Amino acid sequence: MTGTIPLQYFLVISTLMFFIGIYGFLTRKNLITMLMSIELILNSVNINFVAFNKYLYPQNLQGHFFTLIIIAIAAAEAAVAIAIIINIYRNFRSIDVDNVNEMKF
Amino acid sequence: MNSEVMFYLLAGMILVFSVLTVTSRKILRAAVYLLFVLISTAAIYFMLEYTFLAAVQLTVYAGGIVVLIIFSVLLTSHISEKAIMADMKQSLLSALAVGAGALLTLITIFQFTFIKSDLPAQTSSVTDVGNALISYERDGFALPFEVISLLLLAALIGAIIVARKEKDSAIIK
Repeated sequence: MTGTIPLQYFLVISTLMFFIGIYGFLTRKNLITMLMSIELILNSVNINFVAFNKYLYPQNLQGHFFTLIIIAIAAAEAAVAIAIIINIYRNFRSIDVDNVNEMKF
Repeated sequence: MNSEVMFYLLAGMILVFSVLTVTSRKILRAAVYLLFVLISTAAIYFMLEYTFLAAVQLTVYAGGIVVLIIFSVLLTSHISEKAIMADMKQSLLSALAVGAGALLTLITIFQFTFIKSDLPAQTSSVTDVGNALISYERDGFALPFEVISLLLLAALIGAIIVARKEKDSAIIK
């Protein structure tokens, strides 16, 4: 199905997606949008693993399983992060990082 | 030929919607753009013939995480609320750092010669994936599977405990 597409093209997409995610993480102020940037970063890493598995080691499925486990960890991470964000919102009435500057109040 | 057109289409969608995800001022729209990115990624997995992985990506990411994010957006902000962005100096410096990093990585990728393997591809049907997940021999993934199930249980309980409303503490205040 991949035809004549070289491996490097997949790596280029994943690199650009990774750095767009980092840009979002650095410039966003809202905790949920920062979480969305982290999801972008994790997703770009997944593309890397799958492309390497398909092109360089097609006889094994190691990248495939690594990606499956990363997806499960991302789901767990999103659930815990959103629980924490909702708790922060309950205490501070805001989820902008500029307003959340004390650990305990 | 067809797969190349498809690939360029998906690559364009991924890049455009990723940029929109991190720059859109409306948080709900950013979440929907993220959904498009995740669906395009699933399509790339379909192109690479990892169909089970693509199905998991669609159900867990596009179905689960995005819904969770949209729910929490609706719980924590008004629907028309505009997100506060970083000031000009900070976003300029971030763009500079990110651009330098991306350039360095891209140069490294194109200088390195990858040796493409011609070995026959291992099939990744649901049967193969299931057998590998419960096998403890070579190329088996029983241990990571068990560890991830424990982690999911812990995250589940932890998320409930963290997000739970504490009735007692409200009375004390």
